Amino acid sequence: MEQNLALVLFSGTDDKLNAAAVMTAGAAAIGRPVHIFLQYWALDSFRADRIADDHGLAPEAGDAGRRAVDALAAAGQAPWHETLRQAKELGEVDIQACSLSMDLLQITESDLDPLVDGVEGVTSFWLAASDGQVVFI
Amino acid sequence: MQTQTTPITRTVDARGSYCPGPLMELIRSIREGQVGDVIAVWSSDAGSKLDIPKWIEKAGHRLIGIETREGYDEILVEKLR
Repeated sequence: MEQNLALVLFSGTDDKLNAAAVMTAGAAAIGRPVHIFLQYWALDSFRADRIADDHGLAPEAGDAGRRAVDALAAAGQAPWHETLRQAKELGEVDIQACSLSMDLLQITESDLDPLVDGVEGVTSFWLAASDGQVVFI
Repeated sequence: MQTQTTPITRTVDARGSYCPGPLMELIRSIREGQVGDVIAVWSSDAGSKLDIPKWIEKAGHRLIGIETREGYDEILVEKLR
């Protein structure tokens, strides 16, 4: 049994979500169970009606970063939500929305993309994370 | 060359797909296949050329070889389990 990995996604920009999706897919590929906890702006980007929108980039990207990201997308790089979808097919990936962030954004589970498996509180997250590594993005 | 004489069961054309796309496509193909199948992965992604052999070893399959073609690599894998 591979050690489980917990990812806390806070940032909602496409570059950070893409980095998280790639990390998830790699872990799933080697059989590590991945538990993803969506908070704040990351959760906002998982709204069903907005998931495919442009969620911008981290400020350090600048204009050159924007062009580089656009060029890779034009060359056929899969969007982060597609990579996550494939990772879920490949391995054990559980995506949970933070209940407090749901309150903050004033949304319900029906507002979220089907990629999200459920809603949980922070204690449930820590119980799921157990003794595995936790990464905050 | 061994890779030219190995009968290929299936070819996964992952050219144009970025890391970890080619590996994910290979895993899907291996799961769908039978033990003994030889799968050829075509990948133009540099990272996948490094990662796929490591995954093959970890997952308990056999890397038959990597051939560099024009603009892509052909990675041959035998499904062992």
